[in-house]
Amino acid sequence: MPNKPPIVEIKNLYKSYRRGNQTIPVLQDINLDIAEGEFLALMGPSGSGKSTLLNLIAGIDKADSGMIKVVDVDINSLSETDLARWRSGNVGFVFQFYNLIPVLTAFENVELPLLLTGLSRKEKREHVETALKIVNLSDRMEHYPGQLSGGQQQRVAIARAIVTDPTIIVADEPTGDLDRVSAEDILELMERLVHELCKTIIMVTHDPRAAKKAHIIKQLDKGVLNANPQTYI
Amino acid sequence: MQILKLIFRNAFRHKLRTFLTVAGISIAILSFGLLRTVISAWYVGVEASAANRLVTRNSISIIFPLPLSYKDKVRQIDGVKTVSYGNWFGGIYIDEKNFFANFAVEPESYLELYPEYVLQPDQKAAFLRDRKAFFAGRKLAERYNWKLGDTVILKGTIFPGDWDFVLRAIYKGRDKNIDETQFIFHWDYLNESLKKTVPRRADQVGFYMIGVKNPVHAAEVSAAIDRTFKNSLAETLTETEKAFQLGFISMSEAIVIAIQMVSFVVIIIIMAVAANTMAMTARERFGEYAVLKTLGFGGPYIIGLIFGESLFITSIGCILGIVLTFPAAHAFGSAMSQFFPVFNVSVKTIYLEIGSSVIVGITAAIIPSYRAVTLRIADGLRRIG
Ligand SMILES: Nc1ncnc2c1ncn2[C@@H]1O[C@H](COP(=O)(O)OP(=O)(O)OP(=O)(O)O)[C@@H](O)[C@H]1O
Ligand SMILES: [Mg+2]
Repeated sequence: MPNKPPIVEIKNLYKSYRRGNQTIPVLQDINLDIAEGEFLALMGPSGSGKSTLLNLIAGIDKADSGMIKVVDVDINSLSETDLARWRSGNVGFVFQFYNLIPVLTAFENVELPLLLTGLSRKEKREHVETALKIVNLSDRMEHYPGQLSGGQQQRVAIARAIVTDPTIIVADEPTGDLDRVSAEDILELMERLVHELCKTIIMVTHDPRAAKKAHIIKQLDKGVLNANPQTYI
Repeated sequence: MQILKLIFRNAFRHKLRTFLTVAGISIAILSFGLLRTVISAWYVGVEASAANRLVTRNSISIIFPLPLSYKDKVRQIDGVKTVSYGNWFGGIYIDEKNFFANFAVEPESYLELYPEYVLQPDQKAAFLRDRKAFFAGRKLAERYNWKLGDTVILKGTIFPGDWDFVLRAIYKGRDKNIDETQFIFHWDYLNESLKKTVPRRADQVGFYMIGVKNPVHAAEVSAAIDRTFKNSLAETLTETEKAFQLGFISMSEAIVIAIQMVSFVVIIIIMAVAANTMAMTARERFGEYAVLKTLGFGGPYIIGLIFGESLFITSIGCILGIVLTFPAAHAFGSAMSQFFPVFNVSVKTIYLEIGSSVIVGITAAIIPSYRAVTLRIADGLRRIG
């Protein structure tokens, strides 16, 4: 493992859901450090809490107790508004179903996160064009999501995730809805983001082939993180 | 700018749904506008009444006459400027279907008292000169294609017999809300015939129309008139022209209230339709709202999207509805011109149409906005797929 300070620091994290008057524990005593430039895969059976953990790291859900620090910010103690602002500057999101806005073109979808920044029109355009170039879709800028294949849509989503140059990129089963070839494409792209652009990626996946691309694989089982992580390089 | 683009494109995502909603809103606004216009047409006599005019009638009922001799006594009362008088004639033109108001009045004082009936000077002179003359409103003359010099025969109901009149003048209303369907002739013509045929009905007037010097003193003058004839054979009841007109309408008040209620029910129904559309729309987009929130867009942005779309759709419906109100009111007014001599879409009606559309647009957006804003991101994302 590279000798850098952790970019994500998780300590004694607990999360449960209430269903009626029942409390269902989902995550129990999670401890995890993620270093900058790491490509981490989270695996585990369905319902083991992978998405829940990813959402907590990304600041779109709140833990019951414990601490999550991302670049020294304890995100579990931020207010909703501060958390929203923090997300827009620090996290890039990639979802299983791409989640692009269907009435916006590829360009406009990628531009979306930049609307919350103070960038000039010209700067925004440059950022969007760069991001689309990285995902190799410069020639599809004016296409609507409906006019793109699943793999292409996911690449637009990745461009949207990297356009703000976030601290971490979280991806929840980014290849879950794609055929093998497209999935391979997306994984290569993610590898490139890590190797060439030094991004930190946390990816939930069911697919062992996808996990193989990661540096580290963490196993979640019934809300408990595997004590002996398997490490690949 | 970006949000407007998104609102605009969202509004046209389901073209059929948007089209149907817009059509529903415009029809509702149109119906609302027509119903409101019917109500204002009902009150047109009240609206057109002047503050400086009083009407004196028999205190028992309008159907009992007053002696002509009251004329001079009224004239002497302090604050009275003009005294005119008349009878409701109630004549029928060819067939009962052809209804219009026809009165016998003392012509000179009447025209002085009612400057809103605008007659050309030469026509006015011709009318005053000829005892058998009548003047008619522009719309009435158009309806029956009467030309100056034409003889028109009315069949008397209250005053039996066939009565022939000659059209000497056609008046125009000074304002849009002036009834242009009246038929006015010389009271003397009626009275002289009665003297010959039924002398006991002669020298009796249906009502006095009184112009006061200063509208501020209208109440005192009314009281003074009624005091003058207290304990006489025919006691009087004097009220402002407005109160007099309202008295007529109060007989049909229940209908007006019913129309008023229906007009609001129409708005409530369309509110439910628009709210349903917006709820459906928002429910489909919860995933997208979750994505926007994930990216850091706050509640105000999402509320803006939903309210913007709702108001955009209702505005289109509203504009269409208002535009359609005019031809529809024109057609309706022409068809019903015997019942509604004045049928104009008022500025107030348009404001009410706009106001109701805004209320519809806002109401429809409230619940979806609340749901979208309180939606937990994780739940919103889960809905996809
Ligand atoms: N909003 C919620 N309310 C109640 N229970 C929830 C909620 N969200 C998740 N859960 C429960 O928490 C547990 C973990 O869910 P999570 O989505 O994190 O699993 P996962 O590992 O991502 O599964 P999958 O591989 O199927 O996506 C599940 O048992 C799920 O039913
Ligand atoms: Mg999951």
